[in-house]
Amino acid sequence: MQVRNIVIPAVLALFMAACGSTAERDSTAGQTTVGDSSTRDSSAQGAGDQDRGSAKPLPMSEEERQQQQKRQLMQNNTVYFEFDSSDLSSEAQNTVRAHAEFLINNPDMNVRLEGHADERGTREYNIGLGERRAQAVARVMLSRGVSSDQFEIISYGEERPAALGSNEEAWAKNRRVEIVYR
Amino acid sequence: MTHPTGAPTARRIDGWSRCLLSMSLVVTALFANVGYAQLEITVRGGTERAIPIAVVPLQGNNAGDPVDVSRIVSNNLERSGLFDPLPREDMLEKPATPEDLSLRNWRTLGVEYVVFGQLRANNVVRFHLVDVFKGERLMAYDMPAPRQVEQLRYTAHDVSDLVFEGITGNQGVFNTRIAYVTSTGAGDNQRFRLTVADADGYNPRVLVRSNEPIMSPAWSPDARQLAYVGYANGRSAIYTIDIASGDRRRVISEPGINGSPAWSPDGSKLAITLSYEENPDIYVLDLNSGQKRRLTTHWGIDTEAAWSPDGERLVFTSDRGGAPQIYRISASGGSPERLTFDGRQNLRASYAPNGEKLVLVHQSDRGYQIALYDLQRDAILPLTDGRLDESPSFAPNGQLVIYATKGASGTELATVTVDARVRQNLRQAGNVREPVWSPFLDAR
Repeated sequence: MQVRNIVIPAVLALFMAACGSTAERDSTAGQTTVGDSSTRDSSAQGAGDQDRGSAKPLPMSEEERQQQQKRQLMQNNTVYFEFDSSDLSSEAQNTVRAHAEFLINNPDMNVRLEGHADERGTREYNIGLGERRAQAVARVMLSRGVSSDQFEIISYGEERPAALGSNEEAWAKNRRVEIVYR
Repeated sequence: MTHPTGAPTARRIDGWSRCLLSMSLVVTALFANVGYAQLEITVRGGTERAIPIAVVPLQGNNAGDPVDVSRIVSNNLERSGLFDPLPREDMLEKPATPEDLSLRNWRTLGVEYVVFGQLRANNVVRFHLVDVFKGERLMAYDMPAPRQVEQLRYTAHDVSDLVFEGITGNQGVFNTRIAYVTSTGAGDNQRFRLTVADADGYNPRVLVRSNEPIMSPAWSPDARQLAYVGYANGRSAIYTIDIASGDRRRVISEPGINGSPAWSPDGSKLAITLSYEENPDIYVLDLNSGQKRRLTTHWGIDTEAAWSPDGERLVFTSDRGGAPQIYRISASGGSPERLTFDGRQNLRASYAPNGEKLVLVHQSDRGYQIALYDLQRDAILPLTDGRLDESPSFAPNGQLVIYATKGASGTELATVTVDARVRQNLRQAGNVREPVWSPFLDAR
C-alpha cells in the first residue's frame, strides 16, 4: 500500500504550492514563470497566486500526477442510462474507458461500481436493473484489461436517488452507475 | 341465533394478552418509540353500498377514558369499506342492555345493525349485536378487557372482528398488523427504518434503523418474524428478525444481489433472488439447513418470487421476454410459464389467500397502478389509478390490498378494497413504502 503512504505528503505539497507561501524557489521548477500557462505546472492552476508574483509551484511528481488524475476522474465518475436500459452511450463509454485506463496504470486502486435506477418499476426489479447497468460498466473495464480484482459491483436500485422528484429530469439523473474510488 | 358467552374468544384473548404483555415489555425497552407520529386515515370512497350500522358508546366507558372502544369499532368498520356507521350525535338512544333497546328508534334511522353493551367493573366488555329489521340478536359476548390502554384497543379490535364476521361471514383483519419501510432525508443524510404497526396504523414500533437501504419486508406465516433486505459493508444481505425479541439473524449475503425474500407457507424456506452465479435468479433457501436450490436459470432478471398458498408453485417477475412480466413455476423447478401479456409491464405479483387471483403492479399508458390478475379468466382488473403505485399486499382475508402511492409530500400508504370501490390513504411524514400486511395473528 505504498500509494496510501504518499497520499498525505502529496496532498500537503499541493496545498503548499497552491498557497504559494512556502514554495521552494530554488527548485528545478525555477525556470517556470508564474502565470505562464504554457509551461506552468497545472497543479497550481486557478490557485489564485498570480498576485503574489514570487511564488513558484513545485514540479509534479508521478504520485501527484496520479492524485490529480484521480481527482479529475472523480469529478466525472457517473454514467447515465435510458429508461429500462443498460446500454452505454458513446459518451458513457469514453468515461468508463478513462477510468479503466487509470485503473490499469494503478493496479492497487479499487473501485465500487454502484448501479442505480429511477423510481419507476418495482424496487426489486430495479435492483436487478441497477446491477445490470453496473455489469455493463464492468464489461467495458474488463475488455480494456482492468483486473476483476479491482472492482466490485453493488446495486442500490431506486433506494439512493441522486435527485428527488417525479419527473424526467430527476429520473434521468437517477438512472446511473457511479464509479466510486475506495 | 345467540352465541354462548364466548369461551373460545376468551381463551384467545388470554393467549394474545400474554403474548402482548411479554412483547410490549421487550419492545418498549428495545425501541422506546411508541409515541411516534400516528398514521392519519382518510376514507375517500363511496359508502352508497355500505351497510348502515350503529356502534353505541359502551356504558361505563366514559368520555375521559384513554380508549373509546365503540369509537375504535366504528372506525374499523368504516375503514373496511363495507360499513357506514351512524354518527354518535344522530343516535336517538344509547342502550346498554337488550332490555334498553328500542328497535323502532333504529329502524327510523335506517340502521340495519346495532352494536351496544357495557364496559363492566370486572374488566369485561359485554357486547351485543342486533339485526334491527329481523329483530334478532346475532351475538353476545363477554370479552376480557384489561384497562391498560393498548390492550383495550386490542379488545376493541376483537369486537370489530366478531361483528365483521357475524355480518359478512368473512374473518376480520382488525387485529392484524402491517410492516413498512420509511426513508427520511436525502443523499448522505438518508435514513431508513423498518416499522411494524397495528393494521389501523396505531402503535408503530421501529424494529430496525439504518443509514443503508432497508427493503422488501416479508412476514413469516406465523407472523412472529420478518425477513428483509439490508446492506452492510458494501453488500446486500437477507435478514430475519424476531418481532417480539428484536433478535436478528443474517441468513444469506452472497456477492451481488440478495433480495426479495418470501416465506414458504410452511415457514421452513425462503424464496429469494441471488445473482452471484450469473445474474438475478430465483433460489429457494432452506432456513434450517442453510442449503439453497436454484429454481430459475435465465440471463434475464428473475426476481420478486411469491408462493402459492398451497406451496406448490411460485410466481415471479422476469424480463426474459423483453419487458418484465409475471411467470409461474413449480416449486420443484422445471420450465416457467408466462402468465401476463396485457400491459407493457407487470411486476411483483403475489397470491390472494384463496389462490384464485394475483395482485400485481401493472404498467399502463398512465403509469404504474395496482391491479388484480384473475388466474382462471386470464384478465387484468385495475384497482387504482395512481401514476406510481407499487408494493401491493393482500390483507389476510383477501378483501383489502395495502400499497404505496405518491402523495403530495412523498410516498404514502393506502388501501383499496378488492372491488376497487373504497380507497383510503394513510399519511405519515417521510417516505413510507413497501407495506406488507401480516397473516392472521393466531388461528381461530
